[in-house]
Amino acid sequence: MQALTNRAKPVDRKPMTFVERLYLWNIFKGMLITFKHIFKKKATINYPEQQRPFSPVFRGLHVLNRDEQGRERCTACGLCAVACPAEAITMEAAERKEGEENLYREEKYAAKYEINMLRCIFCGLCEEACPKDAIYLSETFAPANYQRKGLIYGKPDLLIPDPVTQPEEYKQALGNRANKQQQAN
Amino acid sequence: MAEEKKLFKVTIDNITIEVEPGTSILNAARMIGGDVAPPAMCYYSKLKGSGGKCRTCLVEVAAGSTADPRPMPKLVASCRTNVMDGMVVKNITSERVIDARNGVVEFLLLNHPLDCPICDQAGECHLQDLSYDHGKEGTRYEFNRRTFKKHDLGPYIQLHMTRCILCYRCVFTADQLTNKRVHGVLDRGDHAEIATYIEKSLDNDFIGNVIDVCPVGALTDKTFRFKNRVWFLKPVDAHRDCPKCSGKVTLWNRGDEVFRVTARKDQWGEVEDWICNECRFEKKSTNDWVIEGPTKVSRQSVISQGHYEGLKMPKETLVEVLDGRKPRLLMDIHDVSEVNKPTVDLSKIAGPAHSDDFK
Repeated sequence: MQALTNRAKPVDRKPMTFVERLYLWNIFKGMLITFKHIFKKKATINYPEQQRPFSPVFRGLHVLNRDEQGRERCTACGLCAVACPAEAITMEAAERKEGEENLYREEKYAAKYEINMLRCIFCGLCEEACPKDAIYLSETFAPANYQRKGLIYGKPDLLIPDPVTQPEEYKQALGNRANKQQQAN
Repeated sequence: MAEEKKLFKVTIDNITIEVEPGTSILNAARMIGGDVAPPAMCYYSKLKGSGGKCRTCLVEVAAGSTADPRPMPKLVASCRTNVMDGMVVKNITSERVIDARNGVVEFLLLNHPLDCPICDQAGECHLQDLSYDHGKEGTRYEFNRRTFKKHDLGPYIQLHMTRCILCYRCVFTADQLTNKRVHGVLDRGDHAEIATYIEKSLDNDFIGNVIDVCPVGALTDKTFRFKNRVWFLKPVDAHRDCPKCSGKVTLWNRGDEVFRVTARKDQWGEVEDWICNECRFEKKSTNDWVIEGPTKVSRQSVISQGHYEGLKMPKETLVEVLDGRKPRLLMDIHDVSEVNKPTVDLSKIAGPAHSDDFK
């Protein structure tokens, strides 16, 4: 068969010499590599005390965004659900009543919004599809759970804290990425 | 002896076709079909007198006829211009037409709110398709878009005047299908609006057809309002014995629930048979209908994303492999999920759902 590359080396099938048969030299060579690594920089960190910075394109747990006045941005247009390759997103829409203008930004809103984290592959296509800046992938890991039923995330799990009534929590939920962006602007 | 009818030879985008005298350029182009047919927002072949308002169907006439082969100086509205023998028409092959159409779309979108995420027409909206093909990314309009006082048209039809492009199709529908038209276009110019003069609900038996006729989301079905997006629904052809109309409709299903009933539409988005209000608004249960099969949906349409047509389910082999034992269900999604609860039938709620419907 024709070789695919020219890097193939023929196997050396000569019988071993006396020194080679002792294996001592080879053991010494191997241990030398091991001891060298003691003095090298560690590849691991002590998570959770220490944390690595997130990459600017990291895609973590979803948040449903609110506007400056604390109204929900999502209008249940269904574009995230249709973009979702894992079919993890489902929603039910409702019409805003009079007196609910401080809760929802538009005439129509998502009364129910659910992401099945068992199905989600964190591809970020929902974020890309959203015309209302309503869904974002944050820099939080999706927490593990002992049971499947704990991984169906509804609106209470996904909504960002209200910037008007809970400014501290809101700032924390925005994460480091958003703060850096604000400083740059 | 009856004289043989003389056919007119007309060339549209280098394709020659013979049509009967009196045919409009638009209809001749539709006989050829495909991309050659100019888009139309106001012309409706089933409504007499429609057309000539939106100007999206503008075409260039490169030669008027064999007798007078001079080109027409200006672009003409193809829905209102009849063919002549030997006429040469340029539609998509003409730079001028494409440029003019882009301009027309920009004008149509001047006052259109672009609230497609909220609008129920999104996904089957002709203006959405048109602006996707011809529209610019931004607008050059610097003023506030026109707004209107909310106008109630009764329990079945929802009017969003801000989305209206004043195509007059609904006015013609009311004139030609019902015995008494109670709505029309009031005022002039920028103030022109579709309304009833005194707050009055539209309640004629065939008035529901204005929903199907509307090219944008200005008139939408209130019984379907905000219930679901069209591309998550499965369109199936169905019929029933209706004493008033043909009873041939398209049902828009999700599971076994019938969310919406519309008339069947042909390839130009025009209604095939008008249907009555009872079929459209009252019969929201599968038992009322005889289902014929899935509706053919164009591959280009977002509605086809569900792959409903020609669906072949693979054979379930798990039970065979497990010697007849069924796999154990580890989690029933309805125990956890708040969405699509089997106990709540959204399609049975009269109007749009509100916050108290989900408690």
